[in-house]
Amino acid sequence: MLPLFHPLMQRLDSDFDIDQDDVGFESQDKDIIPAKHAYEVDFTVYSPEEIQGHQDKQIAEVSNILGQPPEATAILLRHARWNKERLIDQYMEKTDEVLERAGLGDTADAHPPRLERIPGFVCDICCEDDADLDTFAMICGHRFCVDCYKQYLQTKIKNEGEAARIRCPGDGCNRIVDSKSLDLLVSANLKDRYQELLTRTYVDDKDHLRWCPAPNCVYAVDCRIKDKDLMRIVPTVHCECSHFFCFGCSLNDHQPAPCSLVKKWLKKCEDDSETANWISANTKECPKCHSTIEKNGGCNHMTCRKCRNEFCWMCMGVWSEHGTSWYNCNRFEEKSGHEARDAQARSRQSLERYLHYYNRYANHEQSAKLDKDIFLKTEKKMTQLQNTTGMSWIEVQFLDSASQALQQCRQTLKWTYAFAYYLARNNLTEIFEDNQKDLEMAVENLSEMFEKPIDQLQGLKVEMMDKTAYCTKRRIILLDDTAQNLKEGKSLVRSLVLVTCTNQPLGQWKFNVTLP
Amino acid sequence: MTTPKRIIKETERLVAEKVPGISAVPHDDNVRYFDVKIDGPSQSPYEGGVFNLELFLPDDYPMTPPKIRFLTKIYHPNIDRLGRICLDVLKSNWSPALQIRTILLSIQALLGAPNPDDPLANDVAQKWKEDEKAAIETARQWTQQHAKA
Repeated sequence: MLPLFHPLMQRLDSDFDIDQDDVGFESQDKDIIPAKHAYEVDFTVYSPEEIQGHQDKQIAEVSNILGQPPEATAILLRHARWNKERLIDQYMEKTDEVLERAGLGDTADAHPPRLERIPGFVCDICCEDDADLDTFAMICGHRFCVDCYKQYLQTKIKNEGEAARIRCPGDGCNRIVDSKSLDLLVSANLKDRYQELLTRTYVDDKDHLRWCPAPNCVYAVDCRIKDKDLMRIVPTVHCECSHFFCFGCSLNDHQPAPCSLVKKWLKKCEDDSETANWISANTKECPKCHSTIEKNGGCNHMTCRKCRNEFCWMCMGVWSEHGTSWYNCNRFEEKSGHEARDAQARSRQSLERYLHYYNRYANHEQSAKLDKDIFLKTEKKMTQLQNTTGMSWIEVQFLDSASQALQQCRQTLKWTYAFAYYLARNNLTEIFEDNQKDLEMAVENLSEMFEKPIDQLQGLKVEMMDKTAYCTKRRIILLDDTAQNLKEGKSLVRSLVLVTCTNQPLGQWKFNVTLP
Repeated sequence: MTTPKRIIKETERLVAEKVPGISAVPHDDNVRYFDVKIDGPSQSPYEGGVFNLELFLPDDYPMTPPKIRFLTKIYHPNIDRLGRICLDVLKSNWSPALQIRTILLSIQALLGAPNPDDPLANDVAQKWKEDEKAAIETARQWTQQHAKA
């Protein structure tokens, strides 16, 4: 249970009340913004059609101002990375230069793109010189045979995923292939891909838009969190496709840990986790110079190669005290050995500390995967439950929501361990760990219930619903508390030191690393 | 698979119109694989050295650039330990209208004008920026040691 002195308890409970009240009065208080948790951010999800709409609208608008046809305006806008104010400014000032840079110099109107046969022509790409070779060139005059041109565009679009800024195949030519030329040269199915890529560049060019990274998801999310705020806010967004991801880095939801910590942690795990495990399992340190030593054979009489210290592998004490009992060590209680082991333990502390957090992080990741298997079986269980107990579909929904809550809580728990690894010890950290412990216990309880056989599930329904609600609530408390503190700038940056337990000011997050 | 006309023509030209200081000879059993020799440009720390490279034309050449790397050890900020080369025309600025000949000329030019601001071998680039004289001396030594015919 929550400690009685918990400062957030009261505030959160009242938040909950407001939430519930809101449901009833929504229609009357339209202009009152519903209470938002500290860890939530504002965002909008857009469909491909809506994104296309945004583009068309902007193109039409700018097209009117500049007096250019929509195709050319589209190229100009893409070239200016959709910064329309700057484009208009520059266009007004130096029209020709802007057109030239976007690959539109000398309007194409006078020379609509067409294929030509030119006597004596040799294609520079394939070296073919047949008299009936169809050739193509844009206004820049770099002429190639149609097959090569087509193949070039196909490589660009299909293999390299380019669209808005495909250049003329001529060496050093910066002219961009315009959409009219493309229409002439590109097959219908490639054109779809081209359109898709164009839409993509629009989202890529806009800082406040981001694609949902879920496989095959077509939605993009609009969120106005600035990059510089990512240290204080973890902007988790929820796509229409039901995927939760971080707007800052596109990784899966990693609340409560901020992006920069996540990046550091993942890098560390990639580099260190296995190595650390191995070192921990297979090596000891020289009691004198702390070189890491692997014993790969021989007796217990160790001579450190670096400092020439002679010690016993078993008790870590100095060898000279061992007398003649060379091949076994039964001197566990001797002082020198005891001290050496203590020193060993201390020097291993940082390694063990990392492994402590890593193992729990990895465990939740693994459990979440296993829970996912359960989630797949849940549906089956739900049908079985309907058949065996005569419960209705609505009545078995509790299993579904329990399983979803489980997933979400494990995801959060996983990242609390990465977060905690970087926290220095202080009061705030202790409250955080209490919250973490409460959530963890609640999650493990619920997870256990899930594995009960079908015939017992019906009887557990009420309990399970309670537990689900409790888990969700604990998660909200943990996230809200952490996010609130992050937001209020209580995350003071500190230089790289190992954990210190000494007097730190109360009520401030302290990280053991320098954050950007 | 028949050899594309483009590759045949290019090979013929490489043999017929030799470029001074550069040679590229295709393997007998693989017309897409070339043994390349480039002379270090005069007035550069690589002067007097002959550098071996391997060059391979991938299936979709010339839509994609040739793959090429140094076999001779060389001390250069844009060439790494494995002989890989950082050169725009081999990557984003490749054009199908470019040829083996032009690429090899670009590489020779790169030897004459190292660009430590766009490095591939970070340690070398840093040396180059901190103490250019010493870096050039090292490059010269490496040339004497590894690139002597």
